[in-house]
Amino acid sequence: MKRRTAIGLGVAAPLLASRRARAACPELRGTGDLVVVVERARGSVLIAETTGRTVLGRVEGLGDLSHGSLVFSRDARFAFVFGRDGGLSKVDLLERRLVGRILQAGNAIGGAISQDGRLVAVANYEPGGVRLFDSATLGPLAEVAAVGSDGKRSKVVGLVDTAEGGFAFTLYDSGEIWLLDPSDLSAPRITRFAGIGSLPYDANVTPDGRFYLAGLFGEDGIVLLDLWHVEAGPRRILDGYGRGEAPLPVYKMPHLEGRGAAGEHLLLPAVGRHEVLVVDKRSWQEVARIPTPGQPVFVVVRPDGREAWVSLAHPHNGKVAILDLERLEPAGTLSPGRAILHLEFTPRGEQVWLSARDDDRVVVLDTRRREVLASLPADKPSGIFSTARAHRIGS
Amino acid sequence: MPERAAAALLFLLLAGIGRPEVERGAGVELAPARKGELVHLLRHDCGSCHGLTMKGGLGPPLLPETLRDKDPEGLVVTVLYGRPGTPMPPWKHELAEAEARFLVELLVEGRVP
Ligand code: HEC
Repeated sequence: MKRRTAIGLGVAAPLLASRRARAACPELRGTGDLVVVVERARGSVLIAETTGRTVLGRVEGLGDLSHGSLVFSRDARFAFVFGRDGGLSKVDLLERRLVGRILQAGNAIGGAISQDGRLVAVANYEPGGVRLFDSATLGPLAEVAAVGSDGKRSKVVGLVDTAEGGFAFTLYDSGEIWLLDPSDLSAPRITRFAGIGSLPYDANVTPDGRFYLAGLFGEDGIVLLDLWHVEAGPRRILDGYGRGEAPLPVYKMPHLEGRGAAGEHLLLPAVGRHEVLVVDKRSWQEVARIPTPGQPVFVVVRPDGREAWVSLAHPHNGKVAILDLERLEPAGTLSPGRAILHLEFTPRGEQVWLSARDDDRVVVLDTRRREVLASLPADKPSGIFSTARAHRIGS
Repeated sequence: MPERAAAALLFLLLAGIGRPEVERGAGVELAPARKGELVHLLRHDCGSCHGLTMKGGLGPPLLPETLRDKDPEGLVVTVLYGRPGTPMPPWKHELAEAEARFLVELLVEGRVP
């Protein structure tokens, strides 16, 4: 009898919780048209929908989100949010609440989710390395200390998922690319490529998952690793793209975007220069450089591949440059708001969502007409993430 | 056209480019509005490398405990001229010396609002 009551009580709590959740979210809905907007200073995310272009709600308590980024569970129900303070938070997009949170390191930069959706990996600056967590429980599974060939722990950047449940990442301080095979979690296998170049600041993988590229800050060049042929090792492309001219001061580090790929071309931000480099994906030769009205930060190809939209570094971050990818030339500049930190297309590219940090707004544009469709209040918005990323390699 | 020019001028003024030189000179008390702009720059633009709360990112932490033993004038020089060969950029095109010193003081004293 006693036992029964205990069980009765045990089920009461979840029932109540789900009733409360249903009240907050009265209709059944999917998540395929959602975006998550990071509010960097407030430590929260907004969950918005791109069909009626409204904000559905805010989830708070996610810590320091400067450089906040996130990945989605493979069913696009949950977002795993990576905070600068080492926080890893799991957010339920439908119930719009925090369902798990741990502080897993002192300082983190981002993360990835394995292709089977089971492992969440976090790239840490302090202590430098990668930690793996169970995506269901956020329980710790493994840790890889990024001790470089110089014997010191390095900051980790450019962490992405690779085939067979693995991950690739880059050691910033010692200039190395590591591949992590987690099939034996008690002893993850690491393949190291040292001496790739000076200060790789970010890395990413092409949407097909084949080419892992790391951008160098300390040298003019990009490091390329063909994940189909890792035995061949990394090689350098676009060596000396600055042609010996001194770069401009870099007020904001560019990001390498997997989504800089368009057909046979790959678009890459030139560090310290007002231009985007266009590379042929077969020969890896430069085919063009397109001038931009500032230093490119995010170079994002519209899903149809016809244009790329480019956010720019301070002090030009009030502008967004549009590039024509057929002619490989500039196709206009917009001024959608103050301090545009990030942009995200809807999955088919008819809208673009832009965060205007200093206006405290997210601006939504029609990408064909280049007209404002909506302007939504947000508290110092930075990264915007479409749930379509749940189904894409490297995001 | 004149309207355009006026709008451009207004933009320049808002952006702080047309600011009178005296405010930017060394040894001059900065106007409260400019201080506000500088704090915004510190949190967000410096913060993109050093972290919003200055606890470090790609760049090192800028906290009293990490800066206290360093020569403040050296730090002002770092802010104005950057550290060549590292991502720390020079800010001399954006900041007057007095403004860089104001930021360094905030950091060393842990008074970033
Ligand atoms: C693009 C990245 C970046 C930005 C933006 C940036 N910094 Fe730095 N900063 C660095 C790096 C990297 C270092 C470390 C340089 C080295 O290795 O010596 C550094 C070093 C410093 C130091 C010296 C710290 C020490 O312990 O000696 C100070 C002070 C500093 N930065 C202040 C600022 C201020 C103020 C701003 C904004 C006006 C700023 N930084 C913006 C990257 C950046």
